[in-house]
Amino acid sequence: MRQDHLITATQLSRDDIEAVLDRARAVADDPAAYADRHAGRVLALCFFEPSTRTRMSFDSAAKRLGMNTIGMGDVDSSSVSKGESLSDTVRVIEGYADALVLRHPSEGAATLAGERVDVPVVNAGDGAGQHPSQTLLDLHTIREDHGLDDLTIGIMGDLKYGRTVHSLAAALTEFDANQHFISPDSLRLPRSVRFDLHETGAQIREHDELEPVLGELDVLYVTRIQKERFPDENEYHRVAGEYRIDAETLEAAADDLTVMHPLPRVDEIAPDVDETDHARYFEQAHNGIPVRMALLDTLLENADPDGDEGTEVDR
Amino acid sequence: MSDHELRVSKIRDGTVIDHVEGGQALNVLAILGIDGSGGFGVSVGMNVPSDRLGRKDIVKVEDRELSQSEVDVLSLIAPEATINIVRDFEVVEKNRVTRPDGVTGVLSCPNRNCITNAGEPVETRFDVVADGVRCDYCATILRADIADHIDV
Repeated sequence: MRQDHLITATQLSRDDIEAVLDRARAVADDPAAYADRHAGRVLALCFFEPSTRTRMSFDSAAKRLGMNTIGMGDVDSSSVSKGESLSDTVRVIEGYADALVLRHPSEGAATLAGERVDVPVVNAGDGAGQHPSQTLLDLHTIREDHGLDDLTIGIMGDLKYGRTVHSLAAALTEFDANQHFISPDSLRLPRSVRFDLHETGAQIREHDELEPVLGELDVLYVTRIQKERFPDENEYHRVAGEYRIDAETLEAAADDLTVMHPLPRVDEIAPDVDETDHARYFEQAHNGIPVRMALLDTLLENADPDGDEGTEVDR
Repeated sequence: MSDHELRVSKIRDGTVIDHVEGGQALNVLAILGIDGSGGFGVSVGMNVPSDRLGRKDIVKVEDRELSQSEVDVLSLIAPEATINIVRDFEVVEKNRVTRPDGVTGVLSCPNRNCITNAGEPVETRFDVVADGVRCDYCATILRADIADHIDV
């Protein structure tokens, strides 16, 4: 991957993705070999929006590469609450760190940040836009179970605002995947995502029910339908109930169906699914560590190809 | 020059933007940043009959020759427009508008949650795609209602 930043999944080629995933596999196989690889470097965790797992996962990944991390603390107590622009904030933080991870409530925030600074920027979620590092760990999870070709995947839930969905759908177009999108009418894929999928000639179908396609799927990727997307709470409960799965739902699925979820889940996957062979969402979350280590390693290497990379590792 | 164009007087030097879709003349001026404060004469004909378009608008700007890149942005709202450069009452150059690859600082993003609408010091930038324009920041696609988002 010869990229300066990771802003959107649409920027990634198949080779880019496979290179990071190969490296993630190497990291998982021998984490000790990477332990001091970026010693002395600093990763800034710029989270303008609450996040638990993405922030902790990047924090942990960086530390396992020997890096230190710095954060902004609570947005309410930072300069952001004093009205400083994102442009200024990232320019200042650029001087404190060797790379930035950015989570921001506005779509396009990471693109803007990437234009303002010279150090690598990773988009860790921009509003309802993109979340490409999540996609890399999703793809790693899928690849370990099924491989990435000849894949039939169902993506279900909030497809309109779900940034993990937008990134995953875009990245899957680099592979030979049949994508089924299952959602209520009001939460279908946004026009911009559908446009990109059509541009690539991707095989996609949209459904309002899971049942007709469940038996064909290798992977079912479930996302949360959020209450705040509905003006009426009764409507929310009615719709959300239709896109909830449990162990009984999965009796109609293939034996080797993999069920994934970017987490946090609320009640769209019943706890009894956790005990089935289908559940992979906790491994998926754990895969954030080797994948984000591989991603940071790649971006830092691109940013400073002649730099001292610490211990040379076999790749 | 046809009788229809005589509704507004001939100009000695400048640019005539003809065959603008009816009702878009003021948006054309907005895109070009012409609000009269520059001191040069501006004439506008709106909804005049046209063989080609049914109704068309015409904009005449005196003592100013518009560059190709300036007028290419017009193609987004006036794809049929023709640009006539006039010197000493004669049309010395006649060009069609061509679609640019992108437009910078002309349109506002319709997505209220786009970072370009968050008070940042940033110019909007749109790629021109098959059937509209697309925000470089949030990827929102703008199609039929481009003229509503002119922000210059």
